[in-house]
Amino acid sequence: MTTHAEGPTSQRLSAGVQLILRVLNHFPPYRWTHARLLKWGVTGRTLVIAVPYLWLMLFFLVPFIIVLKIAFSETQIAMPPYQPLIQWLGEKTVSLTINFGNFLFLLEDNLYWKAFLNSLKVAGISTFFCLLIGYPMAYAIARADSTKRNILLMMVILPFWTSFLLRVYAWIGILKNNGLINNFLLWTGVIDQPIVMLQTDFAIYIGIVYSYLPFMILPLYSNLEKMDLTLLEAAQDLGCGPFKAFMKITLPLSMSGILAGSMLVFIPAVGEFVIPTLLGGPEALMIGKVLWTEFFNNRDWPVASAVAIALLIFLVVPIVYFQRLQARETGVGVHR
Amino acid sequence: MASGARNDGRFEPWKDPSAEPYIRVERVTKKFGDFVAVNDVSLKIYKKELFCLLGGSGCGKTTLLRMLAGFEEPTAGKIFIDGVDMAGIPPYDRPVNMMFQSYALFPHMTVEQNVAFGLHQDKVPKAEIRQRVSEMLDMVKLGQFGKRKPHQLSGGQRQRVALARALVKRPKLLLLDEPLGALDKKLREHTQFELVNLQEQLGVTFVVVTHDQEEAMTLSTRIGVMNAGEIVQVGTPSEIYEYPNSKFVAEFIGSVNMFEGRLIEDEPGHVRIHCPELGGNVYVDHGVSAPPSAVVFAAVRPEKIVLSRDKPASDDNVGHGIVKEIAYMGDMSTYLVRLDSGKMARVTQPNTWRHADDRITWEESVYLSWHPSSPVVVIE
Repeated sequence: MTTHAEGPTSQRLSAGVQLILRVLNHFPPYRWTHARLLKWGVTGRTLVIAVPYLWLMLFFLVPFIIVLKIAFSETQIAMPPYQPLIQWLGEKTVSLTINFGNFLFLLEDNLYWKAFLNSLKVAGISTFFCLLIGYPMAYAIARADSTKRNILLMMVILPFWTSFLLRVYAWIGILKNNGLINNFLLWTGVIDQPIVMLQTDFAIYIGIVYSYLPFMILPLYSNLEKMDLTLLEAAQDLGCGPFKAFMKITLPLSMSGILAGSMLVFIPAVGEFVIPTLLGGPEALMIGKVLWTEFFNNRDWPVASAVAIALLIFLVVPIVYFQRLQARETGVGVHR
Repeated sequence: MASGARNDGRFEPWKDPSAEPYIRVERVTKKFGDFVAVNDVSLKIYKKELFCLLGGSGCGKTTLLRMLAGFEEPTAGKIFIDGVDMAGIPPYDRPVNMMFQSYALFPHMTVEQNVAFGLHQDKVPKAEIRQRVSEMLDMVKLGQFGKRKPHQLSGGQRQRVALARALVKRPKLLLLDEPLGALDKKLREHTQFELVNLQEQLGVTFVVVTHDQEEAMTLSTRIGVMNAGEIVQVGTPSEIYEYPNSKFVAEFIGSVNMFEGRLIEDEPGHVRIHCPELGGNVYVDHGVSAPPSAVVFAAVRPEKIVLSRDKPASDDNVGHGIVKEIAYMGDMSTYLVRLDSGKMARVTQPNTWRHADDRITWEESVYLSWHPSSPVVVIE
């Protein structure tokens, strides 16, 4: 065998597993398969990694290729509502039709880039407010004593136990003209006309910030919780007041948490569809809504796919940038 | 030994009644809930001293240090540094710097930025900062490592960065929490002397917390031995070693043979203690003050005992037993002797001769004896 070839992996295997391997090794079919797999460069380690790879291939890469294919095809009123890219014409000929028209259409019609820019704006502002609200919360949880900490964390996670859709609907009840807030303000006499909040951008921001706040808090919490508090004592000892120590030590050291939280909020917020549809007005122009309209109302699958591909490409850029930044930070965040 | 040299130079401000102590700790108590970490401690530490707080884990030595730094407020009592009452003064306003046990280097800053950090807080001009940082790094022999991050340094280098960072502000008082704890033995011994040299060179007062008695003996001008939140003895290393004032101190510092007994003669010039464990009397040529017929302990250091095959002439300060274990340690050997009473006694003898055919060996019958000045009489 085999144990040599597998060296470090085998060392980490428990004694029980090693015993099973030793017994298995006496059966020729196992030995042959193992030897053949090794010859092809397949070890236990590659097999373990192969599972998530296969999963992503099947459920991300294949659908992506299908969408990409649709994006390059032409619309037709049929079922499915697009023309095939590759056609078998018989007589040893295959025709490949690539249609860039859908992407060009995105540039021509300013609806698309306006919707896209507006989505970026909404996502950006929402992320900023999530950070503004989430950072102090994450900080307070991380510094709370351990019994309180678990309760506070529980309270952050608790909303996930209710359906996302229900929670957004609940906001309609709170924000509408005869909703909770307006009724209260009318009753106290602060206002005599209800404030219009539902179907405004304000409602969209409320909805996104509320829904995505936990995604900001959790990575920030896990980052702040790991911080070595003697660093703050050292800063104070060297003449820093508490606020300055926060700015010079805590904030820079939590940068990777800030970035992770911001990405987790920003990326889904850009493509958000449910919140602007339910809370925003009909004129709220967001790329997720445009995508939905193209697919289901206009039944223009190729243009809708092109929108989806464009969105993906625009979002991949910040992710790659973020990962690069993280790679550079590696080792810095780890103290010891 | 560095401290020895200093004592020869008569650096003994604690013996001068007119000398003003630099740090005065007055009846300080610190409680965490019901737990009393520091209990009614009073202490005077003088300028340019290297004072060690020595004790086992949980004895309150770190809490006392943290109160000096300002990270903890005393529950009761007062702390004066340079005559100023420190009550309510936050760490960043105290003329004190601390070197942390974990070093607490800022991981996102380079070595230079770490060292310059404190100077930036004091708004020192940029050019001066640069000069002082590079001087300090040269002093701790890290001149070429300025651009590195802490995780790119070895443990010993990090320790020196922490030291440089604490010293660059030229504090009058430096607090060191187990400064050598994370270093290996060889490096620790080497660094001990560097630390003492640096302290003498800069004239800074050091207060060092350590659990390592050897480290305390080597470094300090004086040692404060702590136990269960209290200071049990303060003295120079040799005072602590030769004249421990309690059984705890005698056993904590170095190794010692404790012979339990009763005072049968208590004169100003000598005492005689009857020790059944020894199978005879211990005669001590200096007086002690203990209630008559009280239970006392005669403490004898292993290196002060002489082993012989023949019975010594004196009747006092003699024991008989059989050698059970011998540990050869190069410079000396340790013998474990089982006395006739069954008590085990520890004796160390220098290995003066390279080839000694006549060495006392296992299972030999031997006599133990010592000079009347050697034992120290302590009570529980």
